[in-house]
Amino acid sequence: MSGHEFAEEQPANWEFTPDNAARADDIIARYPPGRQASAVIPLLDLAQRQNDNWLPLKAVEAVAERLDMPRIRVLEVATFYTMFNLKPVGRYYLQACTTTPCWLRGSDQVMRCIRDRLGIGNRGSTGDGMFSLLEVECLGACVNAPILQVNDDYYEDLDYELTGELLDALGRGEPPPPGSMAGRNLSESSAGATTLTGLRPASPGLEGE
Amino acid sequence: MPKLKVDGIEVEVPAGATVLQACEFAGKEIPRFCYHERLSIAGNCRMCLVEVSPGPPKPQASCALPAMDNQEIRTDSDMVRQARHGVMEFLLINHPLDCPICDQGGECDLQDQAMGYGHHSSRFAENKRAVEDKDMGPLIKTVMTRCIHCTRCVRFSTEVAGVNELGALGRGETMEITTYLEKALASELSGNVIDLCPVGALTSGPYAFVSRPWELTRTETVDVMDAVGSSIRVDTRGSDVLRVLPRTHEEVNEEWISDKTRFACDGLKRQRLDRPYLRREGRLVPVDWQEAFDAIAERLTGLAGERIAAVVGDQCDVESMFALKQLMTALGSPHLECRQDGARLDPSARAGYLFNTTIAGIESADAILLAGTNPRREAPVLNARIRKRWLAGGLEIGLVGQHHDLSYPYRHLGDTPDVLSRILEGEHAFAEVLRRAGSPMLVLGMAALAREDGAAVHALGRSIAETFGMVREGWNGFNVLHTAASRVGALDVGFVPRAGGRDLAGIIGGMADGSLNLLWLLGADEIASDLPGDTFVVYQGHHGDRGAHRADVILPGAAYTEKDGLYVNTEGRVQAGIQAAFPPGQAREDWRIIRALSERLGHRLEYDSLGDLRRALVAAHPVFAALDRPRPAEWLPFGTGGPVDTTPFGSAIANFYMTDPISRCSAVMAECTEVFGIGEAA
Repeated sequence: MSGHEFAEEQPANWEFTPDNAARADDIIARYPPGRQASAVIPLLDLAQRQNDNWLPLKAVEAVAERLDMPRIRVLEVATFYTMFNLKPVGRYYLQACTTTPCWLRGSDQVMRCIRDRLGIGNRGSTGDGMFSLLEVECLGACVNAPILQVNDDYYEDLDYELTGELLDALGRGEPPPPGSMAGRNLSESSAGATTLTGLRPASPGLEGE
Repeated sequence: MPKLKVDGIEVEVPAGATVLQACEFAGKEIPRFCYHERLSIAGNCRMCLVEVSPGPPKPQASCALPAMDNQEIRTDSDMVRQARHGVMEFLLINHPLDCPICDQGGECDLQDQAMGYGHHSSRFAENKRAVEDKDMGPLIKTVMTRCIHCTRCVRFSTEVAGVNELGALGRGETMEITTYLEKALASELSGNVIDLCPVGALTSGPYAFVSRPWELTRTETVDVMDAVGSSIRVDTRGSDVLRVLPRTHEEVNEEWISDKTRFACDGLKRQRLDRPYLRREGRLVPVDWQEAFDAIAERLTGLAGERIAAVVGDQCDVESMFALKQLMTALGSPHLECRQDGARLDPSARAGYLFNTTIAGIESADAILLAGTNPRREAPVLNARIRKRWLAGGLEIGLVGQHHDLSYPYRHLGDTPDVLSRILEGEHAFAEVLRRAGSPMLVLGMAALAREDGAAVHALGRSIAETFGMVREGWNGFNVLHTAASRVGALDVGFVPRAGGRDLAGIIGGMADGSLNLLWLLGADEIASDLPGDTFVVYQGHHGDRGAHRADVILPGAAYTEKDGLYVNTEGRVQAGIQAAFPPGQAREDWRIIRALSERLGHRLEYDSLGDLRRALVAAHPVFAALDRPRPAEWLPFGTGGPVDTTPFGSAIANFYMTDPISRCSAVMAECTEVFGIGEAA
């Protein structure tokens, strides 16, 4: 089970692009002098975005050097957060929420669909480098459960068929607009608009009020 | 000064104390794994839970909770007992049941506390986790499955040792302690994580599967691997020294020791001189004591005193040096020398060769000027004290000498002695730092003194100390950092050239031109490889090292673990070493050898026991009367003024891991040299 496995193939060198280097300087400037280590998470994120959604060790070292931090301290942060990938991931990085509300609303169907269509399970990647899957804890959008996060976007209200449609569209390189896949506007009630005044008292204690 | 009650006992604790400390104050034992007095508070093992009112109705971690007025602490309630059971059960979920094959067995905090505070059984029936072992170098053996993530080792290496290489990767069940990319832990203090580890995750590599703690005899003594004189405990089984551990001595080593102190002890078993030898037709042949003595007596017959010289080494006890000095005096020899490295130390004023500030005194300094020294390599434990002071903030450090990573930042002012002259004359920016400082310190290393202009540098240091107010009532900021454990003791007994005597260069010169006919080396190996001429060399020592190779007669002596003896550390602290094992074979304590030979030579020394010898020693040198209480030395003139040259300061120690006969014979130290190079990353 031992496992902070780093990618076997690591780039020999890595540095921020000039644009991102300027951005990194901006981020560092947000913190008081001598407290530049506070910028470690935004900088790791910046590095990961620059590098196809994963962090090579050289990128960790580049961040450490920029922040004047010991390398091991930066690596501790990079391994602590599941949001940092230490191995290459597919072009579409799928994060499926399976925490209780999503699970009650059918996240198992989403997972099953991904397995059926792509042949990958948790922490798996497709051979063509298109998809990777990670099972994650609550994504904080329970109202539209179940959720599948694709890179930075949330796709909501999924079931087996809708997940299939989503994956097909992604496979064609045509990502649908993020949000509810069931056609619902934001998190409005799926049964149409309602108001509190229209509700019958639900609890016996409230009768007679 | 908060007042609170612990189990009904009222205690008053200093402001800033934690509840855990208050409980200890009240005499209550609080189990803990992650908390350690000398490290920052982590609060992650949860073993120290207590019940606190007023407060939330749940147990709280006492190590991270400030003690406050009117708190009532319960350490013996059902809630606390249950909490400890629970924490213990959780800790043991992933801890392997491999105590029978674990080197920590018998001295394991987890074992002890599981017995004392744990539950009788576990409800965990699933598979335990397993973690790959990490390579932390030849000194530290890792079995990471046993790790309970207290992070003491991480905090030690970050805070005390100052090497940011150890960390905790991952989270939750996948958390692992490792070095960056599993490099060996490159620190001279790395062995201390073995003591800190409360379980068997980090254990001693060389001591792996060697012994159980209950088989060992423990002897509390002092270390001679450097001039710090760390308090150590030597563990022996029979006549074998199996390991060396630190003892707590707040004023010297706190509770740390260097890796050389800890791991060089395997050198005590190799290359030992266990019987006298005599060179016959170019070859050393074993003889008995009588023959060896006869050979020396024969050589000495009719030899004038000024044709005899004696040099003492870096690990000698005071008694044997005192006895040898008396014997040499009786023989009429003025040529005595203890400064094997050629340090131009002036023995006339004690304050001129001591670390006057004392090691604990470093914590009161606010500016330190290091000259010709690399404390990290020469005295790692003392260096840790400087780092501790630096961490507290408000300390400025300047270095004149070779640029090295000392584990704290400093200003590198240059590497030649004329920088010191410029500081003295106020022409250097660092002069302003020293002038502003309330308690400034100067540390002269052996690299500053063991050179042609050493005496001038010594005098220059003295002028700096006087100019910048380093010497005043209650504070002496002038310090000499020695590298040899015996040096201060030797200077104290005056093992230096007497009137008309030759110094080291003179002795070597005398051997070359034939004006010296007999040289006595008492454990002196550092100069032996370049001794010229056909002078008759008597080597008295414990290892078949450089001195023995050059010798004509070898008298087998005792190593520091094999004799009672006094040592004086760089502060001038007289400490007693205690015998832990017996010398091998026919080897004897060094003072006894000198005493026996003195009789054979017809100059019988007037003592028959160590007690008598010590009485004579104290009568001649009252400074040895007070054990472990360094007294401030009087500020008297020392050093010889003169021009300093522009040669850069060198390095006093070439290789941290091999500085003396014992560490040179140690296979572990040899392996360290291979893995780590010569000490701290240059």
